[in-house]
Amino acid sequence: METLGVLLTFPMNPYLEEELDRRCNLFRLWESPPESRCEFLRAHAGSIRAVVGNATCGADADTIDALPKLEIISSFSVGLDKIDLEKCRQRGIRVTNTPDVLTEDTADLAIGLAIAVLRRIPQADRYVRSGSWKSKGDYKLTNKFSGKTVGIIGLGRIGMAVAKRAEAFDCPISYHSRSEKPGTNYKYYSTVVDLAANCQVLVVACALTPETRHIVNREVMDALGPKGVLINIGRGPHVDEAELVKALVEGRLGGAGIDVFEQEPHVPEELFDLENVVLLPHVGSGTVETRKAMADLVLGNLEAHCTNKPLLTPVI
Amino acid sequence: MRHHQPFLSNVPLLPSSLILRPSPNPRSPPRRITLARASMDGNSELPLVLLVRPLFPAFENSLRQHFRFLQPWESPLPTHEFLSANASSIRALLCSGPAPVDDATLACLPGLQCVVATSAGVDHIDMDECRRRGIQVTNAGDVFSDDAADYAVGFLIDVLRRISASDRFVRSGLWPIRGDYPLGFKLGGKRVGIIGLGSIGSRVAKRLEAFGCTILYHSRTTRPSLAYKYFSNVCDLAAESDVLIVTCALTRETHHLINKDVLLALGKDGVVVNIGRGALIDEKELVKCLREGVIGGAGLDVFENEPNVPKELFAMDNVVLSHHRAIFTPESFSGLLQLVIDNLKAFFDGRPLLSPVSA
Repeated sequence: METLGVLLTFPMNPYLEEELDRRCNLFRLWESPPESRCEFLRAHAGSIRAVVGNATCGADADTIDALPKLEIISSFSVGLDKIDLEKCRQRGIRVTNTPDVLTEDTADLAIGLAIAVLRRIPQADRYVRSGSWKSKGDYKLTNKFSGKTVGIIGLGRIGMAVAKRAEAFDCPISYHSRSEKPGTNYKYYSTVVDLAANCQVLVVACALTPETRHIVNREVMDALGPKGVLINIGRGPHVDEAELVKALVEGRLGGAGIDVFEQEPHVPEELFDLENVVLLPHVGSGTVETRKAMADLVLGNLEAHCTNKPLLTPVI
Repeated sequence: MRHHQPFLSNVPLLPSSLILRPSPNPRSPPRRITLARASMDGNSELPLVLLVRPLFPAFENSLRQHFRFLQPWESPLPTHEFLSANASSIRALLCSGPAPVDDATLACLPGLQCVVATSAGVDHIDMDECRRRGIQVTNAGDVFSDDAADYAVGFLIDVLRRISASDRFVRSGLWPIRGDYPLGFKLGGKRVGIIGLGSIGSRVAKRLEAFGCTILYHSRTTRPSLAYKYFSNVCDLAAESDVLIVTCALTRETHHLINKDVLLALGKDGVVVNIGRGALIDEKELVKCLREGVIGGAGLDVFENEPNVPKELFAMDNVVLSHHRAIFTPESFSGLLQLVIDNLKAFFDGRPLLSPVSA
């Protein structure tokens, strides 16, 4: 793999960067200023045969066009919405992702967010740290999680893992996906609005595609209602963020736990003062253990490509 | 009334002349100045219950349909004098929250037969003295258990995944400035040592199994019907655990159960979650261990000297703090209200109590 020219788009993981530097011919895209990136790509276009990107910075059509020798894109993410897959198909560029290894972390975070929002844990933490317990002695009630009906959009790997965890809290599970899944006892709804109207906690766990963009819109939020809680561990554009802010500010939606935003790292400031939201900086797979496993999978895919072995987790 | 029958014959109610009752004519003054004020609006035939401090208003309104209350804080008399003066009519005491029921209080109440506590833990009640006097004590049973277990799991995910800390990071506008938040730690595969596998501990275990955790436990006695590995010694449990969740009752034996040795055995990546009582952990040692990196993090809903929280914790991003409210949900409260009513009715009817605290 020593001769493989790899373009790393973003400093996503120190271990991955170290290993790529040690085992390949590494090019760091972020080290050149944004205005000179085209030149940077042109200068190294003859060497770059692989791109490693992630959910923040993948490979769009322009990047792919600038790299005529590109053979493989190995994404440090499960979602591939930042990669122009159509272009890859046309050019015969292989694409891999990191499925499975981040399923558990993402599902754990969905449950953690649901409990945090309903039980107001970060709010309690703020309250204690500000010294208010001693001065005010607030004992406002919070909302129970066990037994709440959990509706899941997208019953794939992550959605199933969320369901399994929520079941241990005696939560009835319902879901929406493109088609009804055989082999589960979970209640299926063919529309997201119906799902939202019939659940108390709505979890977005599907892939971002043109069809699922803004799948949680105003109508869905209103169906979920003033006691409902929205959890988004998918991608920011799954939710119409402007409508979400309005629904929360106007009290039409009960609460939200949000790990992903439409314009990351920018978060609508109106949310900062709300007590019924928990805001996370896209950390769904953000654990030491999982990022190492994801890095190993990226490296394994590149290694397999170089040695003409079957790719470990091919998408294309 | 039927439920007065077998008991009240030998323990008379407060003499009716001493009870303030609404007069038939609401404008006319009460007939007698009273020594004790039992329920103003109550029916004098309802059973009488001593309170030690005011109840939540919603609670009180519901309970007043079934019981009359003696409220010592409304009397000009010092509490113990008030209790002694009314002792002959007091058979049941409702202890709300952590208000202490000590031996001095019990000594004023020779006729007391039943203490109904609204908490799961009864460390604020002198259990030895109750036993000696043959007083039955009830607690919140398992009405809080689901909420407490949810909170323990929520705390653990929060500590490992830095939910509260990264929410703080986002709200203070740091994401665009500092970039990615530091990585947290995976819950799946963690070995979780549960201390006290009672109704809360076993619910924590059930939940965490679904996250792929391995469950270990310590309790007074082993539970052979369970597949979880038992440790008779807390240090041994800590040495084999990545996480300790403290859910046991606070007693003389469990005071400072989590001490320096246990924390050292847990180790530098270890996490402690306490939803039991503050004094189960040696708080000074815990703060020191967190400061020095002897353990990795902590989720604390309870503290040794509430509402005082060691200030040093306020600056730590690897701890999550809350103000003793793991069970504060409407569901817990309505369950508790029903249980309190049922326990008191059972007591006055001479039936077995619903949630007696075993000796």
